[in-house]
Amino acid sequence: MGRLPKWNEMQEGFITKTLSESINKTGTWRTFKPIIDYSRCTKCGWCVIYCPEPCISFESSGDGKVVIDYDFCKGCGICAEECPIKCIDMVMEE
Amino acid sequence: MPFKNLKEIIARQDFFSPGHGLCAGCGAAQIARIVMKIAGKDSIMVNATGCLEVSTTTYPWTAWKVPYIHVAFENAAAVASGIRAAYDALIMKKKLGKDVNVVVLAGDGGTADIGLQALSGAFERGDRITYICYDNEAYMNTGIQRSGATPYDAWTTTSPAGQKTLKKDLMGIAIAHRVKYAATATISYLLDAANKVEKALSISGPSFIHWLQPCTIGWRYDPKLTVKLSRLAVKTGLWPLYEHYDGINKLTVQVPKRTPVLEYLKLQGRFRHIMDNQEELAKIQSYADELAAKFGLGPVVE
Repeated sequence: MGRLPKWNEMQEGFITKTLSESINKTGTWRTFKPIIDYSRCTKCGWCVIYCPEPCISFESSGDGKVVIDYDFCKGCGICAEECPIKCIDMVMEE
Repeated sequence: MPFKNLKEIIARQDFFSPGHGLCAGCGAAQIARIVMKIAGKDSIMVNATGCLEVSTTTYPWTAWKVPYIHVAFENAAAVASGIRAAYDALIMKKKLGKDVNVVVLAGDGGTADIGLQALSGAFERGDRITYICYDNEAYMNTGIQRSGATPYDAWTTTSPAGQKTLKKDLMGIAIAHRVKYAATATISYLLDAANKVEKALSISGPSFIHWLQPCTIGWRYDPKLTVKLSRLAVKTGLWPLYEHYDGINKLTVQVPKRTPVLEYLKLQGRFRHIMDNQEELAKIQSYADELAAKFGLGPVVE
């Protein structure tokens, strides 16, 4: 991204079009990293719907497994806490 | 058509993008995400000042994939009314073919305290807007000051010995304005909440949703407990989930066996000072019992 317009250079009705997902990688905030145990995951979707980011989704290709986008995951641990079969572990980030 | 399971909600497209600056485990992000999933592409988001505004629209990026306008605390409902009027006029003149959803998201400070008179005006005029109050029970954005929606005995920086008044009854205020649709929701019962948002959007007048949102910073708890706490708020009877439609209150989530309020309070640091005070705990329990009697919830089971 080049130089951004300053407040006094903006036109009236200036609209921000840059999406946060393109520049603001919040994954660096994380202390604990959620790791899914795929051998036990039932793809119920609770982590997908409860993720506040949202950075957990069903993979569109392949067998539709649950994937976590670590570029954005802040490590809050809601997915691990809410998982009905507790197949997500929170592991200290290295 | 009401949603039958969570998979149907997950299948909807997201219009709230990741990479926003809200805290880890923030419930407001969940609310914004679900509301946008239901409201869809043809919506205009009006956002009063608050956590959600400052952390989702930091220059030069935005987390919203729909038209979004930030307005001051006091006039979110008034701006929404204006947008509604403009769209109605354009549609009447046949300059626009399709309608939009005008959705307001405002915090408890922007609803219960500062924005109340604009909201009252919008309700009274009968403008077709959906007003959603995400209630984190204090002014969390500016550093946890008490608001009109802070519950009894909760610690905030401006009520250090605990709030000594009861939470303002926003639903009662909305119902007193004879709004067609008003409902309470919370983030743990998402299917119920999603159906309420959909119903609110379909109403041909003002609709109001009061949405409880645990705040990890202000309530003083571990971020992973956000959903658990909102579930406990319902199970203890402190946050009955009901809707008001056509003049009738209807409970949407029944609680056959209530949990004692202590289970909910002991997880939150903001109630730490009353943990040994049986008298205060009994007061909060009796408040929950009062709500339970009003809405027909089950008895307390230890």
